[in-house]
Amino acid sequence: MKKGVLSSRRAAKRRVAVFLALALFLAAVSLAAPYLVPNDPYQTNSDRMNAPPDARCPFGTDHLGRCVFSRVLMGARTSIFSALALVAVSFAVGTLLGMLCGWYGGVLDELVMRLADILLAFPQMVLAIAVAGILGGSLFNAMLAMGITGWTLYARLARSAVLQLRQEPFVAAARLSGCRTGAILFRHLLPNILGPLVVNAVTQIGSMMIGIAGLSFLGIGVTPPAAEWGSMISEAQGGMQLAPWAVLAPGGAMVVTVMIFNELGDSVRDLLDVSGQ
Amino acid sequence: MYLSPGDPAQKKLTAQGVAVNAQVLEKTREEMGLNRPFLAQYGSWLAGVLRGDLGTSFKDGLSVAAKLRKGVKNTAVLALGSLLLSLAVSLPLGVYTAVRQNGLGDRLIRLCSFAGGAMPNFLISVLLMYFFCIRVKAFPVIAKGTLQGLFLPSAALAIPLMSRFTRQIRAQVLEELGKPYVAGARARGVKERYILFGSVLHNALIPIVTLVGLSAGTLLGGSVVVETIFRWPGVGKLAMDAITARDYPVIQGFVILMAVVYVLINLLTDLAYRRLDPRLGRDGEGAR
Repeated sequence: MKKGVLSSRRAAKRRVAVFLALALFLAAVSLAAPYLVPNDPYQTNSDRMNAPPDARCPFGTDHLGRCVFSRVLMGARTSIFSALALVAVSFAVGTLLGMLCGWYGGVLDELVMRLADILLAFPQMVLAIAVAGILGGSLFNAMLAMGITGWTLYARLARSAVLQLRQEPFVAAARLSGCRTGAILFRHLLPNILGPLVVNAVTQIGSMMIGIAGLSFLGIGVTPPAAEWGSMISEAQGGMQLAPWAVLAPGGAMVVTVMIFNELGDSVRDLLDVSGQ
Repeated sequence: MYLSPGDPAQKKLTAQGVAVNAQVLEKTREEMGLNRPFLAQYGSWLAGVLRGDLGTSFKDGLSVAAKLRKGVKNTAVLALGSLLLSLAVSLPLGVYTAVRQNGLGDRLIRLCSFAGGAMPNFLISVLLMYFFCIRVKAFPVIAKGTLQGLFLPSAALAIPLMSRFTRQIRAQVLEELGKPYVAGARARGVKERYILFGSVLHNALIPIVTLVGLSAGTLLGGSVVVETIFRWPGVGKLAMDAITARDYPVIQGFVILMAVVYVLINLLTDLAYRRLDPRLGRDGEGAR
């Protein structure tokens, strides 16, 4: 029995390592995109409109003659880093608020949690579309629109975890040994509640990526001509009869990237679940 | 609303083909109530909502409630259609993959469901449209109110749900199959068929009800995208059009409607859950 648990743990570790490596590889490629692109992603070329894939442009060109491969590479940066930044910020804000609510309770707790309740009454994408639509198209507004509801998840998780732990002897011990509240919260409580929060953060990356791309597709996120997968698909869908590659390339890149991040999330969850036993 | 660029009054006038000058603009703003302070506008809108009045559209002066009412039926048809479609596909697949765990079929279906779960619905819509409308010409590009027109948009909405449902149903059935009562029934020689369809499926389906409720958010949000792409005349398309036209009362009405529907669906899910699982009922109140 013990051996089974150990080996499944090892398998989970290996999966995390594999997908983490893949995710880091994607992030590295997208960071290095400006140096890797074979052609200028914004250079239009009227001689080579809707050209099929060839040696110069491995994914062909779009309706303005721009190299799709270069645009997909540049778009990777927008998609991956906007999703990562969004998750990181909502994770930090939500966790901090949730911990403070759980620790202090009172008016702050009421205010923040009721706000979260109100926000949770809206389907996330509906609210995001409305907010991004009203604020107007830009990457920052799209991220803001997704993040408005994003933090509530972490706030609720962190709050309930802190509520559970604050009665534990180790908290009292830390207090007796002269720790300040900040030290108790961040040095003693945070490491103990981090597991489920991290799992949720990693699982959210993929759906955030899809959300931001969806807003861009609707024209209320990243706006053309900026290279972003959602807006690229939106731009190219009209010419799909002539240049299907201009949709398939960013679409394929999107699916592969989201799959890698989703799998990473799943494997991290498996790993932490097993270790929790 | 006030942070947003673009002036609704100006948009309205340009849309009507009236030359925009400062005087006309000022007059229209006054008619639309746009020159009052922000809080006054918000207050009167809120008071209206509480009285059940969602205001009138900036664009054509029709009441927002009437506009939403026209679209809501179409959206409901689309959402229900895709829900049924995804259940119809994922129930058999989920049960099959659980029974034949780690078989070839299981592996294939699992791979597909991971890919399907990573596909944004706008990409699915565009691809479906390309293959079925342009390549095969089996469906009209612009969805009509017919069953045929319903198929592609609901498939586009259903595919991400299908992959999620299939995975969850598989996990649920597997968990149920591992329980002692299954071993007991097997030991007593109850046929596998009866175990599976009599007990296991019933017990496994209870958590699935919650899943259906949880997917309401995905469905409602996704419907905006899919309706826009397929020109399906539902509330989602209405909202997108309103966003382009800066028609705030319609956007506000849409968001309120969605929130009400979402909360109602979650409430219904909770109630259904209590009904299906007598253990959760208060004093046997929910017992069947």
